[in-house]
Amino acid sequence: MHGDGALLACAGIHKRFGALVVLDNVDFALKADEAVGIVGPNGAGKTTLLSVLSGAQRPSRGAISFQGMNVTALDAVRRCRIGIARSHQIPRPFAAMSVFENAYVGASAGGNLHGSLAYDHVIDILRLCGMLTIANRAAGSLGLLDRKRLELARALATRPKVLLLDEIGGGLTDSEAIELVATIHEVRRRGIAIVWIEHVVRILVQIVERLICLDAGRVIASGSPHAVLTDPMVVKAYLGGTAA
Amino acid sequence: MTWINQVVQGVLLGGYYAVLACGLSLMFGVMRIINLAHGDLVVLAAFIIWLIVEQSGASPFVATLITLPVMALIGWALQRGLLERSLRTGMLVPVLTTFGLAIVLQNAMLQAFGADMRALAPQIGDLAFAGWAIVGEIHVGQLSILIFVAAVLLLGGLHIFLRRTAFGRQIRATAEDADVAELVGVNARATFAAAAALATATTALAGALMAMRAAYDPYSGPVQLIFAFEAVVIGGIGSIWGTLVGGIVLGVAQSLGAQFHAQGFLLAGHAVFLAVLAGRLLVDRIRSGEGLQRTLGLDS
Repeated sequence: MHGDGALLACAGIHKRFGALVVLDNVDFALKADEAVGIVGPNGAGKTTLLSVLSGAQRPSRGAISFQGMNVTALDAVRRCRIGIARSHQIPRPFAAMSVFENAYVGASAGGNLHGSLAYDHVIDILRLCGMLTIANRAAGSLGLLDRKRLELARALATRPKVLLLDEIGGGLTDSEAIELVATIHEVRRRGIAIVWIEHVVRILVQIVERLICLDAGRVIASGSPHAVLTDPMVVKAYLGGTAA
Repeated sequence: MTWINQVVQGVLLGGYYAVLACGLSLMFGVMRIINLAHGDLVVLAAFIIWLIVEQSGASPFVATLITLPVMALIGWALQRGLLERSLRTGMLVPVLTTFGLAIVLQNAMLQAFGADMRALAPQIGDLAFAGWAIVGEIHVGQLSILIFVAAVLLLGGLHIFLRRTAFGRQIRATAEDADVAELVGVNARATFAAAAALATATTALAGALMAMRAAYDPYSGPVQLIFAFEAVVIGGIGSIWGTLVGGIVLGVAQSLGAQFHAQGFLLAGHAVFLAVLAGRLLVDRIRSGEGLQRTLGLDS
């Protein structure tokens, strides 16, 4: 399979919704503790790729492996339990539960932690995400920034080996973005690999060492952030067909 | 003094309604299923307990303990075999499914146990009628106190289970958003099945208490369902302590109604239920911005 020794890899991924081809033969590999950014215009298939990696959607064709094991047939629950966690573009907290409880569900179910181990882990994660002081607030009462933080905290609570982030930096002010970058740096320092979709490239390049650009379901460029962002194909994809 | 007595009796009766209602409340709160067969499951549990007592001579309390896991298993099987499938098609089909299940259960019980009235009162000895005089005319039955204590323990236990334990929190998370729960590693199908098992297990306790305090036959289910439903609606759907409050309000209303008129028992209960329902609707409308005058049709 593509990418021997990779933590997470997919090969020949196709995803179709009826006649619409959203992912067209995507190959992708992520090394352990690597951070990769995914960029591309709207509708390029970025979120669908994350859904396929996290098990929320099945690929129409192709295979996904995690730690050398074929996980294509595993559903989202099992993939979460073996270490693939995802945070959503639009936060979906358990609104009636507290911040602590939201993360606790992740720690006890996805992280398979019990008793005081789960408790300590949740406290640690909430501290990392800067949410310890609001641990007892109802998640439904949080503003957008805290909802995004909670989305990250709940994913981290499941003790992932790879974290799939979808547009977590969107809509943040500069100071909020600096805080977020510091948190993600700490996540990386703990040896968690990251796949990050982000439109705000200046946030992304502070973390990732590699960028992948998707356009119309295909990988059109891959490599160092500088190389990808100056690639003529990428520039053209972002500016649209009229650039030619 | 008579009125105070009626209130005391009503509160204690409310304990029974709370036990009756909490399974219904849990089914709706977690799975969004209105289980119209709930009353018949209570009657089924009562028959199973009665059968065990008849066949083995065991005490009704031991028989209830044996029946708890049996009803849990029935609840699990119902969820996996029937309700889970019908839930895929939306809200209405599960209602029809449980309505059908209610009819099947009633007729199956008629076939199996006959149309005779049964009761467990003879098997619990003095407990069925013994009581304590508090002051003046106020007497409380030992069984009524036992039922009320059982209600507080059951609802308190459920409350702690749902609020404090890992599995309880996973149930609440799944109830709120099953898809997201799966993304953080919760097996939603298994969680729903466990919640159904738990909700149905409570019918064993409700069935035992029903059979100890009154007589029942295979067609007693629908009346139990109505009382449970009223307690749930009065107390607020999905709230554990609300179910106890709802049960007590219903019990007190019925008890006071009976003081006015022999038929007042049922009538007062239904009236309070309708009043609370109408009040809720009114408050919702006003909160949603329609305003009091438009809601009451006074603006035209």
